[in-house]
This record gives sequence, C-alpha cells and structure tokens, in this order.
Amino acid sequence: MLSLDGNFPEYAVPGAKQVRFEPYADNGGSIVAIAGEDYAVIGADTRLSTGFSIYTRDQKKLFKLSDRTVLGATGCWCDTLTLTRLLKARMQMYEHEHNKSMSTPAVAQMLSTMLYYKRFFPYYVSNVLAGIDADGKGCVYSYDPIGHCERSNYRAGGSAGAQLQPLLDNQIGLKNMQNVSEAPLPREKALALLKDVFISAAERDIYTGDSIYILIITANGMQEEKFELRKD
Amino acid sequence: MFRNQYDSDVTVWSPQGRLHQVEYAMEAVKLGSATIGLKNKEYAVLIALKRAVSELSAYQKKIIPIDDHIGISISGLTADARMLSRFMRTECLNHRYAHDAPMPVGRLIALVGNKMQICTQRYDKRPLGVGLLVAGYDDQGPHIYQTCPSANYFDCRAMAIGARSQSARTYLEKHLTTFIDCDLQELVAHGLRALRDTLPNEVDLNNKNVSIAIVGPKTPLRICEEEELSRFLALVEGEERRGGASATGDAGAAPPRDEGDDRDPQVAVAMDTE
Amino acid sequence: MAFMGDIMNPAPLWQNGPSPGAFYNFPGNSSSLASNHTPQDFKAHSASPITTTTTVIGVKFDKGCVIAGDTLGSYGSLARFRDCPRVMKVNDLILLGSGGDYADFQYLKDIITQKIIDEKCIGDGLQLKPRSLHCWLTRVLYNKRSKMDPLWNSYVVAGIQDGEPFLGAVDKLGTAYEDAAIANGLGAYMATPLLRDALEKGPLDQEAALALVRKCMKVLYYRDARAFQRYQIGVVTAEGVTVHDTEELQPDWSLAHMIHMK
Repeated sequence: MLSLDGNFPEYAVPGAKQVRFEPYADNGGSIVAIAGEDYAVIGADTRLSTGFSIYTRDQKKLFKLSDRTVLGATGCWCDTLTLTRLLKARMQMYEHEHNKSMSTPAVAQMLSTMLYYKRFFPYYVSNVLAGIDADGKGCVYSYDPIGHCERSNYRAGGSAGAQLQPLLDNQIGLKNMQNVSEAPLPREKALALLKDVFISAAERDIYTGDSIYILIITANGMQEEKFELRKD
Repeated sequence: MFRNQYDSDVTVWSPQGRLHQVEYAMEAVKLGSATIGLKNKEYAVLIALKRAVSELSAYQKKIIPIDDHIGISISGLTADARMLSRFMRTECLNHRYAHDAPMPVGRLIALVGNKMQICTQRYDKRPLGVGLLVAGYDDQGPHIYQTCPSANYFDCRAMAIGARSQSARTYLEKHLTTFIDCDLQELVAHGLRALRDTLPNEVDLNNKNVSIAIVGPKTPLRICEEEELSRFLALVEGEERRGGASATGDAGAAPPRDEGDDRDPQVAVAMDTE
Repeated sequence: MAFMGDIMNPAPLWQNGPSPGAFYNFPGNSSSLASNHTPQDFKAHSASPITTTTTVIGVKFDKGCVIAGDTLGSYGSLARFRDCPRVMKVNDLILLGSGGDYADFQYLKDIITQKIIDEKCIGDGLQLKPRSLHCWLTRVLYNKRSKMDPLWNSYVVAGIQDGEPFLGAVDKLGTAYEDAAIANGLGAYMATPLLRDALEKGPLDQEAALALVRKCMKVLYYRDARAFQRYQIGVVTAEGVTVHDTEELQPDWSLAHMIHMK
C-alpha cells in the first residue's frame, strides 16, 4: 500500500547518522557494608573506570557525611559527585537550622527524597549508606537509583553487587544453611568477610579492583583502613 | 511626627548632604547589647554580651555561625540579622558547592555590603537595622570586619559595637598594639576586659551572659561551651574594674564623621533589639 | 540557591517522552518521517563535536605538573586547522589543557579568562586555585550535560594547590578525578601505560617528566591518525606557569624497518 507521502515503511531509514549524546556513563565500582551491634563497616574499591580503560586506581568512593554516617556511592561518577555535594550542602543547612548534626536515619530518608526528586532524569548511582543510628546500633541503608530505600544489616552494591549479595546472604544472613544458630557478628569477622568478598569480586568483575578503602564506624569515631586488591 | 524636614524617606538628602533615615538606622545598632571582635596573628575572636528580655526568658543568642570558618556577632534588630545570616550562609554554601573551597571572608563581606546598600537607595525599602562583627579565617589569616546599616564595612584589627561600646573601644584602642602578638588566652582576656568596661557597675560578666566564638587555622568556628567559657572568664575574674562603666551616653560605633554640624535629635524609641 | 535547581519551576515530567496518552515516536522510523515535525525537533543541541582536537596528556612530577597537546584541529578525518593552541595559562597557579571540540574549548576559555579578570579586579590578592577550577569545571560541564547540551571536551587541570602539585581531569559529563597521570582519547590507550609505567618506577623530576611527555607525544603521533607533529607543552611549578613555544617533533620512520615501501 502506497501512502500519500510516498514512503514504503520497510525502506524507512534512520536518516543521517547521528551520534546520540549519552548523558550517563558506567564508571564501575562496588560497595559492601555490614552492620553489627555497635558498629558498621563499609568498604568500596578504588578503581574508577570506563569500559576497558581505568581512569584512576585511587578513587575513594566513600563519603564521610558526619562522624557517624558514611555514604558509599558508585555508578555514574558525575552523578555521584553531584549527589554527594548536594547532600553535604543539605546536611550543613540542617545543622544550621537545628543546631545538631543529622542522625543516620534522617540522612537515609533525605537521600531517598533527593533521589526521587530526580525520578525522571535519575542519578544513576548505587548508594549504600552505613552508620550508627540513634540507639547506637549499626545500620545499613541501600537504595535504587530513584530512591527506594531499605534498611538491612548487610548489603552489597555497585558493579559486583549482584555477585556479592548471595555470598553475604549465606555468610551473614545464614541463608540456605542447616544446623546454624544466629549469633551477633563480631567486628573482626565482619572486616575479614568484607575483604574476602572483595577479593572474590576482583577475580570476576573487571570494574572492581586495585584496592579497597574501608571505614569502620563506631560511636567513638571512625577508623580508616586500606586493603590491596589485584590491579589487572 | 517628623524630627526634621528631610527624614521622611531614605531617598531624601538633607541640605547638609546627609541621609537621615540611614543615620537613624545606625542608631538601631546602639540599642543592641555590646559585642566585641578582635584578632591576633592566628585567631579571630568574637565576644558578645547577651541580654534576657525578661527574667522569665532565656538569654538571646548573639553569635551566629555562618560556615566552618566564619561567624557573626550581631547588634541591633535580630530579625534583620537573621535575614543577613541566612544570605551569608547560602553564599558560603554556594561557594563551597561550586569551588570546593571556603568562601574568602573579604569577598563575602563585599557581597553583604552590596546587598545592604540596595535598601539605602530605594524608596520602597528601609535600611537594615543591624550591625555585624564578622570573624573569619581564610588563606590571608584571621579577619574582623564590621558592617553598618549604612552599608559601609570596615576591615578591623579590633572593634566593638552596640550599647555603651565606646568604653570597650577605648580599651581596645589603648591595647591595640599588644593584640597581634599575644596568645589566644590573652586575646580573649583582653576582649572580656573590653566587654566588661561596657557594663554598669552592679553587673558583671558570667557564663550566662557572655558568649565567645573562636576561629583560626585548623580551628573551625566554635562557640564556646559552658566549661570553656568559665575557664576564659576565670582569666579576668577578680581584676579591678576600670572606670569605663561610668562613661555616660554613647558616642556610637559609627566611623568617624564630621560632628561639626547640628546633630539631629537622638532617637528615643525602644525596639526589640539585641 | 543555585545548587538546588529551580524548585518553583521544575522541569516538566517526561521531558524526553511522549505527551500523556500519546505513543512514543522513535526518531527516524517511518511514522516520524511522515509525520509533521514539531519545533522541538529542530532545537539544535550539540549532538556531536565538529572541529576536534585529539589527546591531551598531563603528568605530575615532584615539584609540579606538565601538560601537552598538539595543535591540530580536525574536521572529521580532514586535518583542517594546523594552529589550534589548547594549553592555556589560567593564572600563576593553574594550567589548563583541553581535548575534544575546539569551539567549545574557546567558549569556555573566554569565560575562564573573564573569571580571572574579574578576580584580579577585586584586588584582594587571592588567586583561584586548581582544585577550585577543577570543581567549577565539573559543575559547568555537569549542568550542560544535564540540559542534554554538553560541552564536548575533556579537560586536564594542572596546578599548585597550597604548595603541592595538583592534576585533575574532567570530561564532558562532569566525570572528575585526580591522578598522577592523565590522558584522554586515544592517549588513554597509548600514553597512559607509558606514563603509569614511568611513575611506578619512582617519582619524576621536571626534566624526566618533560622527556616522558615528549616521548608520549611521539608515540601518539606515530599511531593516532588525528595527531600532529606540532605540539605545545606547559609546565606549572611553584615558580609559576610557563607555556612553551610550539615544538615540532622529528619523526624517525627508520624504526619501521619491517615495513617496505614499494
């Protein structure tokens, strides 16, 4: 059937070739956070990459938001930078208005709102927030890019998140195990586990590697640690 | 109703070349309680005298933090100061957001000056009735700035504004040369002595009515808590008080100007000022 | 507040999607070829760079940084403009290099120059620092990309930040990072390995850094079809910023002894 404008639909071509501008990039990186009774540990690898090339091997992806809250963010790095900058500004505004620093659950809620505010042009970021809550307990919040927020005790996010979460489910959540009893996770074990899962991630995921930057958050402050991973 | 022919509007000049409304606004600063700013080589310090509106109320806040490196102390209309402090906070935040660096103090003051000037030139606005002492620390070291309702601002080594602040300024002028080399303890002690000179004889400084803020290198702005406040107050406790408090009247915190011409009557209206 | 976006007038929902109740028309398919165009279809956004420049490289040494970039402006595969300087002295503390669209670089260069003049006019003796410029560029480029109207550049900011060398990169999305060796475009594949290898062997001094950068420019000239033999080098140390006169590299094709020309 010939239409009036003389176009055969099957001959329709995209026209002149256009390079479509792609506003998002995948810069890789993974985060793992584990909360315990009175602490939270969070680690992120330090590789910043795009495709097959590595921008830098020494990029910290953990953002200290207060002395009891840390945000780990990976994904589209330019969105991460913008989001964390905004978050820090909003937290300072809160501090000025209320004469106290934000609690971790408050930050968690605000982050969710800020992500959803960009629902139709989202920040392409995988966020994991770790800290100490108002009762002094460790807490971990994880997000999807448009602001869904969930509190849990352990979470893996970022490029190797899908590979690491089942491992954490098994080792910390004691899923699919028989004859095990739940016991509080000691901090040393959490830390060792975190390093182990990153070693596995670096083996399988090309976007994870170089080293991990770890923060251990307790009521008495924060402790930094660095752990080397494979660099290929 | 009017005190003279030329003060009905901010935009009206008097034949002597004065803007009466702006000068009246300068008087509002003197209704607030006294506050002092001074600095040495490293630190800038603000010391303020707080007033309680009544026995039933708490002492009014006089020092407002702006950013990690800037704080202000206010004298005059508190509400106007709140508006200004909000503006300053936003500017500092924006500067950090765009430049990943603290706002240089002098540049912030220039912005504040420009903002305050607008309302001295428009008939539908009024000048702000508040004076600020700004203490800040940046790459060029510590700063003390004074701003006036006339939208003038001054870079100072030490300054005092507010009620009966002339006595404090006399003290500061007398000891000006010693400030730069003294340590933080001495600096605060000087400030406290200057502030005490503004008090009537029956009142003394205590940790309820004094507020101290300190900013310096690797020292983010800190408004002293009770314990530190008491330690500082102990530095000047029991010292013999100078006769400064007997100084009557108030020559005001205004920059020197010609006093030769006939002065307008003093405003005698009470406002809610701090 | 600038960083909060315009809350009072938010962007319309579904900015790039169909109007509510309508079907999505994929660009270029038969229905859109036949259908009437709306004015929005013609809104020109820089969908691709036009006059392009290739790699810019930067490397840190013990007391400062070096930046280098050649002077060719290409028009697709046509070597169109032979004198496109793109290593720029910003002030006494900052050196800026750019790769990508040359017009976009010139546009931003003018803005930066004006920013520096404005700052001098304030006259308080303060100077913009490299980290501040780096962050500012991130904001500018990110905001442009968020409007889907990017400045098609990647920048290398080198300078002295409070006495220490600073080297950072920003690309057209606003992706920003700091590293001791930076190269974009094809240089990411060919110069970065050379630079990282040299840095791993120990800290460089200025002479070694210059030699290294010259070697990289040579390798790039041999392999990158959009590279050119004339290039600029800029050096920033605590003493200040110098952008050298254009240098011309002398290629030595005798190394290609396996290749016989007939």
